[in-house]
Amino acid sequence: MALKLPIFMDNHATTPVDPRVLEAMLPYFTTEFGNAASRSHIFGWKAEEAVERARKQVADLIGADAKEIVFTSGATESDNLAIKGVAEFYAEKGDHIITAVTEHKAVLDSCKRLEREGKRVTTLPVGKDGRVDPDDVAKAIEAKTILVTIMYANNEIGVLQPIREIGALCRAKGVLFHTDAVQGIGKVPFDVNAMNVDLASISGHKFYGPKGVGALYVRRSKPRVRIAPIIDGGGHERGMRSGTLNVPAIVGLGKAAEIARAEMADEAARLLALRERLRKGLQARVPEAYVNGSMEHRLPGNLNISFAYVEGESLLMGLKDVAVSSGSACTSASLEPSYVLRALGVGDEMAHSSIRFGLGRFNTDEEVDYVIDHAASLVDRLRALSPLWEMVQEGIDIKTINWSAPSSAHV
Amino acid sequence: MAYGPKVIEHYENPRNVGSLPKDDPTVGTGLVGAPACGDVMKLQIRVNPATQVIEDAKFKTFGCGSAIASSSLATEWLKGMSIDQAQAIKNTQIVAELSLPPVKIHCSVLAEDAIKAALADYKAKRAARRAPADQPAPQANAAK
Repeated sequence: MALKLPIFMDNHATTPVDPRVLEAMLPYFTTEFGNAASRSHIFGWKAEEAVERARKQVADLIGADAKEIVFTSGATESDNLAIKGVAEFYAEKGDHIITAVTEHKAVLDSCKRLEREGKRVTTLPVGKDGRVDPDDVAKAIEAKTILVTIMYANNEIGVLQPIREIGALCRAKGVLFHTDAVQGIGKVPFDVNAMNVDLASISGHKFYGPKGVGALYVRRSKPRVRIAPIIDGGGHERGMRSGTLNVPAIVGLGKAAEIARAEMADEAARLLALRERLRKGLQARVPEAYVNGSMEHRLPGNLNISFAYVEGESLLMGLKDVAVSSGSACTSASLEPSYVLRALGVGDEMAHSSIRFGLGRFNTDEEVDYVIDHAASLVDRLRALSPLWEMVQEGIDIKTINWSAPSSAHV
Repeated sequence: MAYGPKVIEHYENPRNVGSLPKDDPTVGTGLVGAPACGDVMKLQIRVNPATQVIEDAKFKTFGCGSAIASSSLATEWLKGMSIDQAQAIKNTQIVAELSLPPVKIHCSVLAEDAIKAALADYKAKRAARRAPADQPAPQANAAK
């Protein structure tokens, strides 16, 4: 089969809609266009039926009851709703929230806003492998702690957090546990009961569903979790999230969940083999290429790797037929390298040299081989241009050099 | 981010990549930036001592495509310039030539810093050689 360019290998950013998902969605744009809240006619009933089917499909993927699924516009909203909703509803019980430094910005910035409003937030560190130590969570819990929010899988380094252990200890201490499970759901097994999860954020477009739709799992019993809504209106979604339901997208999310549930085991095995083909191929061809984060506790489709002495954005520019992303400062407006990689203690220079490969359902062996070839020869070319590589070849330890003040480089 | 055609052209075909012997008295070396900031430029010039004209320039850069292009362009301009002309190069000229967006202006600033550092190194070597052999070097005096 001929290789088609460009190659998409950025499946943590988003995924294409699976054709089976699109097919399920299409009727709900045109013939079945009803408002799921219309109780008085067949158009509304059909839309509601489709939404309830999707609710069940999503619930089944995570071991929940359909009544525990609240549809949202996506995971950013789900994270906001979980954290701010719990903080407001349980304000009389406590004012303390625990999170971790490598969380998604939707979690960190929600926590920051609450902090500005007078809540207290403890942000736990991670180890060199990118994982939170459950003992740190246990030590941070105090009498006024109302919520622990720790992600399932990290969006940059694919590292899986020990959420089963964290869930168990939160349950034992009577503290609610929210997990941003966006990157893990549909990729690796996730069960809200086995893992003692009370709230979980889900995003459609991270597992071959459409953009603009997500869900929040909210536990209904043992314990019954209550949240204050952040969007007021018609009282949809049992009052937790008002707003006319996005029926076609919800149908797509449901279908994506059904497919993931049926195919996850096979797909994970295939992606792991692809990822290892990529990792071994790159490390065989490129000296001083270091994987960031735990290899043992990791999403099968993730490879985050630093090519020492080469800057990430210059790599992306050279890999013009391949869509990947970098932890380099230059790919963001802030000029700050990835806060996730910095939290691992890999050093700013290695953060600047990182590339995130996100393998997904539609990637092939041929694509991986093409990427290995191109990335390896590009690193060679850029190292020939790198003063740091030259110094290292001359035996100079670049850490001993008194580099000029950052101010001159960051005007 | 979309790159301008001139940035892409320099990135694909960088001019004057390489190194000059840094202990050569006619060579000036500038090393600016920091690995932790994601940009390091090494820029070198070889000056004809009789004419004070830059006869050769080389660079190596660790950094994004715009940083590579800025230093590549700088070496292209430097060749054939007098050291006074080189001293007058401004980062804004590099911004204009490469059509750098605001977020990449620091790359041009770094290239100007590298030019200035290379010229300063050359001038310091020249001053040291001119200092009479029977007198201590100026740095040694300063240290006392």
